Amino acid sequence: MEFVSDVRYAATHEWARTDGDQVTVGISDYAQSTLSDVVYVELPEVGDKVSKGEQLGVVESVKAAGDIYAPASGTVVAVNEGLEEAPELVNQDPFGAGWLVRIRLDDPAELDDLMDAAAYKSLVESEQAS
Amino acid sequence: MVYTPHTDDDRRVMLEAIGVGSLAELFTSVPEQHRFPKLDLPEALSEMDVLRELQTLSDLNLNANSVPTFLGAGAYRHWVPSVVDYVIGRGEFATAYTPYQAEVSQGTLQAIFEYQSLVCDLTGMDVANASHYDGATATAEAVIQAYNTFRKKRRKVLISPAVNPHYRAVVRTYTQGMDVQIAGDESIDTPPADLIDRVDSDTACVIVQNPNFLGQIEPLMGLADRIHARDPQTLLAVITNPISLGLLEPPGSFGADIVLGEGQPLGLGLNFGGPYLGFYATREAYVRQLAGRLVGQTIDAEGKPGYVMTLTTREQHIRRDKATSNICSNQGLMALAATVYLSVLGKHGLRQIAELNYHKAHYAATAIDALPGYSVLNRSPFFNEFVVLCPSPVARINAALLDSKPTPILGGYDLGHDFEGWEDRMLVAVTEMNSRAEIDAFVAALAAISVQERGEQ
Amino acid sequence: MSESLIYELSSPGRRGTPTPKLDVPEAELPAGLVREDLPLPEVSEIEVVRHFLRLSQLNYAIDKGIYPLGSCTMKYNPKINEVTARLPGFTGAHPHQPEGLAQGALRLMYELQEHLAKIGGFAGVTLQPAAGAQGELVGVLIMRAYHRARGDTQRDTILVPDSAHGTNPASTSMSGLRVVQIPSDKRGNVDLDALRSQVCDRVVGLMITNPNTLGLFEENIEEIVGIVHGCGGLVYGDGANMNALIGVVRPGDIGIDVMHYNLHKTFSTPHGGGGPGAGPVGVAAHLIDFLPDPVVVREGTDAEPHYRFHRPSQSIGRVRSFWGHFGILVRAYTYIRMHGSEGLRNVAEHAVLNANYLRCRVRDTYHVPYDRMCMHEFVAEGRISGTGSTAMDVSKRLIDYGVHPPTMYFPLIVHDALMIEPTETEPLRTVDAYAETLLRIAEEAVSDPALLHEAPHVAPVRRLDEVQAARTPVLRYRRQP
Repeated sequence: MEFVSDVRYAATHEWARTDGDQVTVGISDYAQSTLSDVVYVELPEVGDKVSKGEQLGVVESVKAAGDIYAPASGTVVAVNEGLEEAPELVNQDPFGAGWLVRIRLDDPAELDDLMDAAAYKSLVESEQAS
Repeated sequence: MVYTPHTDDDRRVMLEAIGVGSLAELFTSVPEQHRFPKLDLPEALSEMDVLRELQTLSDLNLNANSVPTFLGAGAYRHWVPSVVDYVIGRGEFATAYTPYQAEVSQGTLQAIFEYQSLVCDLTGMDVANASHYDGATATAEAVIQAYNTFRKKRRKVLISPAVNPHYRAVVRTYTQGMDVQIAGDESIDTPPADLIDRVDSDTACVIVQNPNFLGQIEPLMGLADRIHARDPQTLLAVITNPISLGLLEPPGSFGADIVLGEGQPLGLGLNFGGPYLGFYATREAYVRQLAGRLVGQTIDAEGKPGYVMTLTTREQHIRRDKATSNICSNQGLMALAATVYLSVLGKHGLRQIAELNYHKAHYAATAIDALPGYSVLNRSPFFNEFVVLCPSPVARINAALLDSKPTPILGGYDLGHDFEGWEDRMLVAVTEMNSRAEIDAFVAALAAISVQERGEQ
Repeated sequence: MSESLIYELSSPGRRGTPTPKLDVPEAELPAGLVREDLPLPEVSEIEVVRHFLRLSQLNYAIDKGIYPLGSCTMKYNPKINEVTARLPGFTGAHPHQPEGLAQGALRLMYELQEHLAKIGGFAGVTLQPAAGAQGELVGVLIMRAYHRARGDTQRDTILVPDSAHGTNPASTSMSGLRVVQIPSDKRGNVDLDALRSQVCDRVVGLMITNPNTLGLFEENIEEIVGIVHGCGGLVYGDGANMNALIGVVRPGDIGIDVMHYNLHKTFSTPHGGGGPGAGPVGVAAHLIDFLPDPVVVREGTDAEPHYRFHRPSQSIGRVRSFWGHFGILVRAYTYIRMHGSEGLRNVAEHAVLNANYLRCRVRDTYHVPYDRMCMHEFVAEGRISGTGSTAMDVSKRLIDYGVHPPTMYFPLIVHDALMIEPTETEPLRTVDAYAETLLRIAEEAVSDPALLHEAPHVAPVRRLDEVQAARTPVLRYRRQP
């Protein structure tokens, strides 16, 4: 299982990669493997305002549905339209081609409470143990 | 006892394996003071005696199939082809569960897939679910679909007053805890066109019925366009009679977003009101807002085609409080009956049945309208039901019809039950089951009652 | 083994069952409203019969063998039920015919209300709900209406244990209320401390399934009811598991305020491949006035009773058209009349006997995480340690042995759950054979794991690709252009 280090992680298993005043959001390798084969992704619309902790969308497999929460407040500037035709990208490349949305941040400091790879890895290990 | 096959020896062996001395000891976790209450039910009967008792109860009811019947108003006496009961009576269909284990449920699954396809073809829509309880609850689910489509942000639902009163009541019951306002049906004189003026950006959906509760074929041409001119996203739901779709343009061709209705006419019989079948179809774009079960085609590990329940993440067992509905069943066996009905009548048969309904209803209406004291109020086309203004209250006329000789006649529906001041309006239903002789006897009886009533006044 | 779609059997111009001749003059068809194309199949009657007969043979069914789906109560569906439900005065009664000409149907409904009230320990019963899920919606709306009628409008929360069926939270949301989940403790009961920490004046009520979905009777049920009543809340009983309790304990006696019955489970009406069922709801005296419209009441004298429909004074309203799934009510009535009080207790006793016997036969091989005396069902873990075999593998392999798998992956609080409910109508020989099959499969998981992973091998189809079905949904037949 991959825990790439160029992103930060939320306890609800989203990752966030900052680029200037924007952040790209996806779900972690652990999250996609728990869901198994992703069959559908529901995303917000470009232009939607989201606040930190608010539900952004849903990633669905055959047997489960995982809610996706915004890691920070802002405006949706892009969504990954490729997922409509190929939701399996979330499984194949969760940190790359399987990204979900890009948000222009209201306040980049909101990302401060996200975890680094090491902290997230230990969170996952404790979840797996239970 | 009745259906438990255990012998004394079996019980002994089993209790021993469990490590208890008696059946009663299995229940020590149940609070002792409440354990094994006296139920005080009537004595158990043998199969023979049960049948005798039920036969007595059955005989206390009028069998509407045995007399000339002109009663409809949401449930119709139609001919049920023999094949229908043969198929739904088979234990392989009747005693199977919801098809969770697809590999041993291909019969049920494929039949539902065929049902979904037939409903789409009949209504002119893209996708249909595996059915609802009845037309009324399907209407309520349409409101919920619309409410969910707009993420609970639109609060207004406009419903035509000519929608079946039971359906309108059920919509209100279902939405009493939601932030939704049901409007539009305050006055029975409101045509669908007048609802359009009330459509705005807070309107989730508009619901009309065609043919409506009074039998009228509504002018639906262009309705969707005019609704969408006021608000492009408002949904149009059309409730329809499936037999009428053998003859009439399907609502899908008028731009409806949801088409639904009562499936009882499709081979289900009267059964004192149930179980019936709610059929429900929508556009592809709304498939994820659909409630209920859906069956999809796929392939097995060897590449052979097969069927599974699919898109289940909409449903309660996965989404729990976020599910599209709490529904966790369908009307499996009733949907199967409708599938067999549509198959065995087919393209030509359903058209013929629909035409028989149309022509016989118009024959009856023409004859009744010519009677002194009666007039048919429908001025534009109707399908198999129409409203008759009577010379005296419908309740009196119906009582007199039941006294007809040589057989009682079951008259039409008393609209005074639902609409104030309409005690003299009768909703008359005519189907393929009404022979010309029955219709003529009905007309003659109405004429005689009119004469008698005038004599008494 | 596969069967063509009914559309693929179609030939242009072929007719099915003949329709009657037109015996009246033709009327003019409505201009511009007549459809040009009616794309239904064109098949003959014999093709229809063979098609559906062949489809039926692809199904498993109770009439074929044991069907131990947990929480589904797949008991034998007596054939007398089908005979009584088809009596012509029932099948031919129009729902709008005058009440005076439907006294047999109304009396049957009245008596069934009374019988169910006695069985459950309730003051009133509605027969209206079409299914258990609709019964839940009715129950939650009744609880909500009760509080509102008392001016207690701030109550907006339903407490739901984590072991509950998904319909409980879904019915709650449909009623516009919010869900708070209560965890289970180590013995599989509701965690009392967690419950105490959540009760307050916002609580509409608790929805509790008893026996719960682990098949265990809530050992602290009276204390739970006391805690919820203490905050002014009501207790809803999910009667899905009533088969363990008929004649054993009346939920009303232990303080349950409202409960739905599943006639298609406890009272033997056929499941029909997913429906129709029926979900009558019983209520305590303080909730009677809120029941849905209508209930059946009796008037007149004992010698000359008259039955009629009645709308309760503070009714939540109508929940369906007409008067309930009448045909299902006839079957359940028949079942109750065949059993009487003793017979129903006998049902519960043998349902619990079969479940505990099967549990004891397999528990050394399949881990039972809450291993105490169960009620009508028990939950084991389907994974076989050290083999990689899952509940899914075991289930699919059971199909190869010609029997139906248990409910899998529910309840969610047990890993790889197999929820097993044999029901009282299975003979010892069948229960033994099922146990032996489960044990043999556990051995196969060690000796030949691929046998399980690739199962079923002998079924109408092999394992089906659900991922493809969901990614590219094909939900209807489309003609090839």
